[in-house]
Order: sequence, then C-alpha cells, then structure tokens
Amino acid sequence: MKNLKYLVLGTLFGIILTKSEVVSWFRIQEMFRFQAFHMYGIIGSAVAVGLVAIQLIKRYRLKSIDGEAIKLTDKKFSPGVWIGGLLFGLGWALTGACPGPMFAQLGSGIPAAIVLILAALAGTWTYSALRERLP
Amino acid sequence: MLDFFRQPWPWYVAGPLIGLTVPALLLLGNKTLGISSSLRHICAACVPAGLPFLRYDWRAQAWNLWFALGIVLGGFVGYRVLGHPATVAISPATVHDLRTQLHLTDFTGLLPRELFALDNLANWRGWVFMGLGGFLVGFGTRYAGGCTSGHAISGLANLQWVSLVAVVGFFAGGLLMTWLIYPLLLG
Repeated sequence: MKNLKYLVLGTLFGIILTKSEVVSWFRIQEMFRFQAFHMYGIIGSAVAVGLVAIQLIKRYRLKSIDGEAIKLTDKKFSPGVWIGGLLFGLGWALTGACPGPMFAQLGSGIPAAIVLILAALAGTWTYSALRERLP
Repeated sequence: MLDFFRQPWPWYVAGPLIGLTVPALLLLGNKTLGISSSLRHICAACVPAGLPFLRYDWRAQAWNLWFALGIVLGGFVGYRVLGHPATVAISPATVHDLRTQLHLTDFTGLLPRELFALDNLANWRGWVFMGLGGFLVGFGTRYAGGCTSGHAISGLANLQWVSLVAVVGFFAGGLLMTWLIYPLLLG
C-alpha cells in the first residue's frame, strides 16, 4: 500500500488547513482587506520553513526513503502564469477557497463544496479543451 | 492539551506545519506539494474526451489523488471530530466591512450562508459565487500551472521566480475582486 503515506500526509494537511481556518471564506476576505496578519503569517512562515528545508535537502544531498536523489523541477514560464494567476485570484476571492480548502470543506460537510469542486473540474476541463488556442 | 487541538490554531503553529509538508513529501516519496493537479487527474480519469492535455497516465500520479482524499478526511477530522467554534474569529474591522459594504448578516460557519447555501443556486448569486468562482479556480490554476500550494508554498520555497509571478497574479486577482467587483455585486 505505497499510497497510504500520501493519504496520511493529506489527512494531516487537511486538519491543519481546517484548524487554522484557512478553509474559511471569512479568513480570505480578511486577508484581501489587509485586516489581520493571520493568513500572511501562515503563508509566510510556511514558505520560510519550506525554503530552509529545501536548502538543507540540497546542501546535504538528502535522498528519499527509497534512496532516490530528491528531484526538484523548475517551473516553466508562459503568459498563462500571470493570466491564469489573475483568473485564479478572482476565483479565490469569490469562493474564498483554493483547491486544497475545497477538499477540506467537502470533508467538513459543507454542501457548497460539492458545487465548488464540480465547477473547478469544469474549469480545468475547459482549460484542457482550449489550451492550444490560449496565449 | 486536548483543548489546544480543539481551538483554532494560531498562524505560527499552522504555517510551519504546512511548510514541513514540503520536505515530508520530498523525503517520503520524492513528490512536490501541489493540489490543483488532482483536478486534472480527475478530469483525465473521468472525462478525457480525447483531449491531448488529458491523455496521459494519470494512474502514475495517483499519489496526488490519495493526498487530496486525505485532505477530505482531514477536513472531517479537523472540523467534525476536533470541533470548531460557531463563528470564525475574524477581525472586527472585517465584520464591519462585510456588514456595511456587502450587506452580510450571518457570520456563522466557515462560509457565509447568504452566498453559499445551496438554495442560492436558484438565483444569480449561487452561480456567480459557487459556479463562476469554482470555474475560475479550476481554469486559472491549471493555466497558471499551480495554485496556492504548488506556486505560493512549494514554488516560492524552491525560489522559483515563475511562482512569484503567479503569486503576484493571485493577489492582483483577489484584490481586484475584493475591492472593485464585490462592491458591484453586493454593494
């Protein structure tokens, strides 16, 4: 059952998102209105810890538990990075949820999460269909 | 101790734990944190429709779907098992703005019922906030090549300048919606 570890890590991740209220539309509004440090503190400290961890992994050439060299791929630039980013930002402020929180909301029993996830799937599918015609 | 787990967690507990997910996934499975890809895998598994972008071995990326399923379970444990306060303790200034500018009155739960209760689908509100909003999240994240986890957390942590561009885009879109479009929709 090689995927069990991902299920466990995902569960922990979902608990953290839920207990820190990142999954709340109210928290996202508070963030975009610059009225609390909460979300900035979470994102900022997550990036800082991740950054130090990745530097340590690189410096000591740590291997995964399967003995593989850790692979970190570079993200490629395209105009979609900022156009798509802007569109996602509009959706993030409307729904108050990015994809992770949508899944957590589903688990917390919020009916709207079903609609949000179906709509996000429709968006991803539409992007897949239009991909060649987009800049 | 148990009380700590029941209360909402402060940023300095949640943020570092989210950050530790990045090395945990790398060391345990050589995987890069990113959640929006799971939406693509679900599309590829369920409705590929012969589209080139959806024709790949999604089963090879199954770990991502297990991680997403875990988040669903985590939402259940975090909200239903560990419990939650009736209202999210947002700043009084935000409550004031939402009351006076967007005319919201019900602050219970994680999402305002006045916008996200399913019966809103009988009018434009539900279709804009849930339908269009969700669509933009799915479309935008794939177009941008990542979401808050893939770009803002693991991308920035790996010093990817592309991710910085994406995050600036996320915030520009969010600010545009909050400050210019929300007043038009609900003002």
